[in-house]
Amino acid sequence: MRFRHIFSETLHGLRRNLTMTLAVIMTMWVSLSLFGAGLLANQQVDLMKGRWYDKIEISVFLCTKDTRGNQCSPGQDVTEAQKQVIHQTLASNPEVAPDGVYFESKAEAFAEFRTAYEGNPIQDSLTVDQMQESFRVKLSNPEQYEGVVSAVAGLPGVQTVQDLRKYLDPFFSWLNLLQWGTIIASALLLFAAALQIGNTIRLAAFARRREIGIMRLVGASNLYITLPFLFEAVISALIGAGLACVTLASGVYFIITKKAEVSIQSLPWIGRNQALLACGGVAVVGLLLAIIPTLITTRKYLRV
Amino acid sequence: MIRFEGVSKTYDGQRRAALSGVDVDIEKGEFVFLVGASGSGKSTFLRLILREQRATKGKVFVAGRELNKLHSWKIPAMRRQIGTVFQDFRLLPNKTVSENVAFALQVIGKPAPVIKKVVPEVLDLVGLDGKGSRMPEELSGGEQQRVAIARAFVNRPMILIADEPTGNLDPATSVGIMKLLDRINRSDTTVLMATHDSTIVDQMRKRVIELDDGEVVRDQSRGVYGYQ
Repeated sequence: MRFRHIFSETLHGLRRNLTMTLAVIMTMWVSLSLFGAGLLANQQVDLMKGRWYDKIEISVFLCTKDTRGNQCSPGQDVTEAQKQVIHQTLASNPEVAPDGVYFESKAEAFAEFRTAYEGNPIQDSLTVDQMQESFRVKLSNPEQYEGVVSAVAGLPGVQTVQDLRKYLDPFFSWLNLLQWGTIIASALLLFAAALQIGNTIRLAAFARRREIGIMRLVGASNLYITLPFLFEAVISALIGAGLACVTLASGVYFIITKKAEVSIQSLPWIGRNQALLACGGVAVVGLLLAIIPTLITTRKYLRV
Repeated sequence: MIRFEGVSKTYDGQRRAALSGVDVDIEKGEFVFLVGASGSGKSTFLRLILREQRATKGKVFVAGRELNKLHSWKIPAMRRQIGTVFQDFRLLPNKTVSENVAFALQVIGKPAPVIKKVVPEVLDLVGLDGKGSRMPEELSGGEQQRVAIARAFVNRPMILIADEPTGNLDPATSVGIMKLLDRINRSDTTVLMATHDSTIVDQMRKRVIELDDGEVVRDQSRGVYGYQ
């Protein structure tokens, strides 16, 4: 009886406030979709960072007879002593991964050059001696590279220090900006949704003020009075969150799995797991957005 | 049953006390009229018993419990022992007479078979048998007040509080309502009725507590409305 009454009150309330309920559902849908999209973008960026940063190493190219550079003596190869100092500096740097320094000799560089340009006439234009020696350095944390670069860039015998991060960083900062933009926009919308839910509940409480007054008078418990409102808000929020999940899942399926993954196979792409995770986040935020404003408004308007 | 010990109540933002230094003791099964001019503190007196307001000073006991010390989550249980009737009936216009009475039981979680059995009984008691399926607007004022009394009494409370229950009714109808309240009182229910109706008070010859400017100026058993 008790629960049947609460349930019928909830349905009654939802029907009575149909237009407001629809408005809440749609606001929830759009804002939670945007929020979920932010979460997905975040995961996509993380995936790409993980894949690329793993491969990134810093290349410290050393002087040859033909190279020019501030630390090179014209017409001279780098000396053994200089190589020793550079190697020492790299190996003792805390930001360099343990055993992360690898020396690439002229012969190895030449072999790599030949495989890279196999069958190309350019192969014959260079000799082993013209190749450049280099240190390949792996970092313990790929995000921290400036320290290593500045430690060796000024050493004698170093022609140039090449770091791929320099090219990737602007790309990632754009992605970050996009992702934060999405999250901030969704936060504003979610805040609006929370206010809307609070107002809807306030209107519903006002519409039922006679009943509520009598319930309080005859000694209905607070929980009993509050539950229909809470259920109303939670049901709207769950429908909104469900729609947002469907939107996100189909977005991932049609845009990522069907299109992007097929045309750009070299990149890692988010898939079902990330979509599920985003759905979970959306559901939790949706529920909180329903419960918190409802409790605040009912506390204010249904006080004993 | 109801005891006030040195009770004062000052509403927020007001300098004048609505009640000051009230000492009253009402026994189980008593019938008490609460009289006094508008603004004398009658409503505040009733609100303190219902714990809609808290005493600023002093102690209010209802059925042995001190209300100021009562946890807010225990208030609903306390209110189930008090039935309340108002001048404006406060019926739900979209529910039938039976549904109005049943509502009071539903919302405190009484099982459906009990409600089915008890509601016709109480409608019979207040003289409304056969009118359970009517809507409130189809009834006269006196009948509507009977529905309200049925709703207040259906849970067999220990205390019935009536705030000007005859205020909207003509004298003849009022007599009927008073007979009903008297009958309820005889089933050992404590009745506390605030009223302006001197005829009724004079006829009934029950205990009268008079408030003036927030103070008890008279507490007289078998009293009348005004001084004689």
